[in-house]
Amino acid sequence: MSQVFGASVKRREDPRLITGYGHFTEDMVLPKMASAVFLRSPYAHAKIKRLNTEKAKAQPGVIAVFTGKDTESKLAAIPTAWVVTGAEVKATKYLPIAVDKVRYVGDPVAVVVAQSLGEALDALDHIEIDYEPLPSVIDQEKAMAQGAPLLYDDVPNNIALHWKAGGGDIEKAFREAEVTIKQRVVNQRLLPTAMETRGATAEYDIGSGQLTIWMTSQNPHVHRFLISALTGVPEHKLRIIATDVGGGFGSKIPCYGPELVVAWLAMKLQTPVRWTEDRSENYLATTHGRDHVDYIELAAKRDGTILGLKVTAYANMGAWLSTAAPGVPTILFGLMLSGPYKIRNIACEVFGVLTNTTAVDAYRGAGRPEATYIIERSIDMLAREIRMDPAEVRMKNFIPENEFPATVATGLSYDSGNYFQTMTKALELVNYEDLRREQAKLRAEGKLLGIGISSYVEICGLGPSSVVRATGFGLGLWESTTVRVHPLGKVTVFTGASPHGQGEETTFAQIVAQELGVKFDDVEVIHGDTDRIPFGMGTYGSRTTPVAGAAIAVSCRKIVDKAKKIAAHLIEAREEDIVLEDGKFHVRGSNEPSKTIAEVAYAAYGAGTKELPTGMEPGLENTTFYDPPNFVFPFGTHICVVEVSRDTGEVKIRKYVAVDDCGKQINPMIVEGQIHGGITQGISQALWEEAVYDADGNLLTATLADYAVPTAVEAPHYDLSQTVTPSPHNPIGVKGVGEAGTIASAPAVVNAVVDALSHLGVAHIDMPMRSDKIWAILKSKGIAK
Amino acid sequence: MEKVSRLKHVRVRVNGKEYEDVIESRMLLAHFIRERLGMTGTHVGCDTTNCGACTIIFNGRSVKSCSMFAVQADGAEILTIEGLAKDGKLHRIQEEFWNNHGLQCGFCTPGFILQSYWFLKENPNPTEEQVRQGISGNLCRCTGYQNIVKAILEAAKTRVEVPAMM
Repeated sequence: MSQVFGASVKRREDPRLITGYGHFTEDMVLPKMASAVFLRSPYAHAKIKRLNTEKAKAQPGVIAVFTGKDTESKLAAIPTAWVVTGAEVKATKYLPIAVDKVRYVGDPVAVVVAQSLGEALDALDHIEIDYEPLPSVIDQEKAMAQGAPLLYDDVPNNIALHWKAGGGDIEKAFREAEVTIKQRVVNQRLLPTAMETRGATAEYDIGSGQLTIWMTSQNPHVHRFLISALTGVPEHKLRIIATDVGGGFGSKIPCYGPELVVAWLAMKLQTPVRWTEDRSENYLATTHGRDHVDYIELAAKRDGTILGLKVTAYANMGAWLSTAAPGVPTILFGLMLSGPYKIRNIACEVFGVLTNTTAVDAYRGAGRPEATYIIERSIDMLAREIRMDPAEVRMKNFIPENEFPATVATGLSYDSGNYFQTMTKALELVNYEDLRREQAKLRAEGKLLGIGISSYVEICGLGPSSVVRATGFGLGLWESTTVRVHPLGKVTVFTGASPHGQGEETTFAQIVAQELGVKFDDVEVIHGDTDRIPFGMGTYGSRTTPVAGAAIAVSCRKIVDKAKKIAAHLIEAREEDIVLEDGKFHVRGSNEPSKTIAEVAYAAYGAGTKELPTGMEPGLENTTFYDPPNFVFPFGTHICVVEVSRDTGEVKIRKYVAVDDCGKQINPMIVEGQIHGGITQGISQALWEEAVYDADGNLLTATLADYAVPTAVEAPHYDLSQTVTPSPHNPIGVKGVGEAGTIASAPAVVNAVVDALSHLGVAHIDMPMRSDKIWAILKSKGIAK
Repeated sequence: MEKVSRLKHVRVRVNGKEYEDVIESRMLLAHFIRERLGMTGTHVGCDTTNCGACTIIFNGRSVKSCSMFAVQADGAEILTIEGLAKDGKLHRIQEEFWNNHGLQCGFCTPGFILQSYWFLKENPNPTEEQVRQGISGNLCRCTGYQNIVKAILEAAKTRVEVPAMM
């Protein structure tokens, strides 16, 4: 049998998706289904003075209109699920429909249900509402200032969260420093932009009392847990289904108001109700990402040794603390500030600030891109200051291979790594020495070429429940699976992970094929339905393969243990002599007699000619709740080469090399795909994307015509390579790869552009580095006309 | 506006089959295909014709079906993603998207495949740059486009005559 684990097997998700027969949330059509639409606030901050829905209720086709006063007593305010330990977290009252006051443009104030979507939209115009606008605040630094408008009376200075972390002696590091770097950097706000917007369709079965919600979810069980708690529908009567989900990037993790409202409407009106965001609604009401202002201080020696890093971060949390939001600028950011380097002294202080904007929560990378950006920008600034090659500064400070597992100043223990290897390989692939020579030559001719390096390590595979809970997360972050071998030898895997593009229907089948010795085609992977799968935590934070995949391997191994007992009984051998090789159980060293897993399964269900061993429970399946012993820490080095136009400031990526190490690869084709997509999102942050608010809190980039998602024309070609450093604590040696590309790429591009202009005295440029900004810099230096 | 005047009769041929319906004149073609014909492979990802997830083949040309009213399709011949495979055999563009990992979440994919279908009819031997230009009206957030471009170039290489659409 050829090795299926490690092979670039074609995805089994694809046939349905390339023929139009996927099952996305909005595809579900039910008899008598009504449409719900929300009226949303046009003001960033206002009191609701008057709200009258009578005329709207009288419009054709309208079934009902409700306001926050109607839902207030039925639907609880949505709490954040990550009350970070050690942080002073101030809870915010995030109501599914606003009452008395709105806090951001897009805050829902009423919901209309009508027989058709058109009728519901028509009726929106007949809701009478008077607002009394209040002063609003958009910028997190201004929001903390004395006298700034307050979003909530009980959150002074709008500071919803204040957290400190670090280790070592930062004062000493700066006392001993021969060189220090100081810089303010902005990590701008981004719109996750899953191509499928959010939506939900709810159906209440009066006979059984069961409520079913088809919804766009990265974590159906977490949604069931929260929706049950907040609506009062008992969890055993609540079913969440998320079969195909059109991308998430973090934005489909949180618990939002409209899904609760739709659930309640289906019960209240006893008719199925569907709601789907349009794109502008998605941009206004689905969580955003990043939005940090970071003040960096780096202490180092002239030989390039980094002594200490001090960061004060101002994270814009938006108008409410979203589900995972407090953990993003703290645990996933502050604890990662050592990067792949030995930085013995780190001090980090984070202020999470409320503003009159859409809430910020996890977006691909979630905290780790912000941390990596700080470190990788700082190293380049240091390299420039001490006139050392940036690759050399990195290598001087890398944690050496023989020091793993390595505990860093922030307290994390990195599982495994070989940072020199990915760096060396990346430098070779890009022809680094030649490029530097070419750069010098081009500079002499007045041309602008830049080379940017970014080395990263990320924390993923969330996570050991004891650690995660110790950080204040409201649930453990284990993962569940049931692996069921059917009587004729086919296998169904039920996973608590909830992939939405990452391809685990394929990679998980590869794990099972490998572990049980069955054919890949004989394995089916089921996810995204809370009535079919054990309670699971879902897909985010690059956790699916290292945690859910590991759970499946563990289940398979337990099944093999039982199968060996049965096989030994069937072929009358000793259990300890039985081995599984090429899909057959036989005595070690002798291929016959043998039993396939199908023959063993047949016997396990009592269908064979021979009874099961005395006392053995029938059946052949296993359920595992796998709690990982540690996080996993993938790493790598990316190098970006840019050409900058002297005349227009346009940045062109000439070459992009990525060397990533995510441990063992189950399906290299899928790994590459994850990295391609990840890099593109990071490049896009570096060069184009930016969610822009005006001073009054209007989102100016509220359509895809205004927000710069790159097309195939802007996206460059990528040259990928990898090293393989297995995770020692994971049963299949894997790490995660979903976010690596995004984490690494933004600093690589920014470092490249700054490098291209460094000889002109440019030390830093904030993202996005659109041509107008670069052109203005070139003009100020007398380069561009 | 009187409700009666909004209703219009529409007759279209979709994937080789005739359909007739009476619909509101403001109904978008994308919604008509999804909601009235039940063909949910045509997706809507924006409202501004930027994303291309709703791309169909309309009288032989690629069209973003969210940018047309269904009544404008009266008498038209339409190909949606559901009609591209014939007799259970995938179209070579579908095959190459599958072979080259040209999709991840799959939401934008029907639009990309149909745009590629039209593009390759117009440009049977494209360069990589032409492919990138040719699909620049479609957005994908997952793949970074590299494998989509590869899939289209591979499909162009297979040199199989594009079967007559209808």
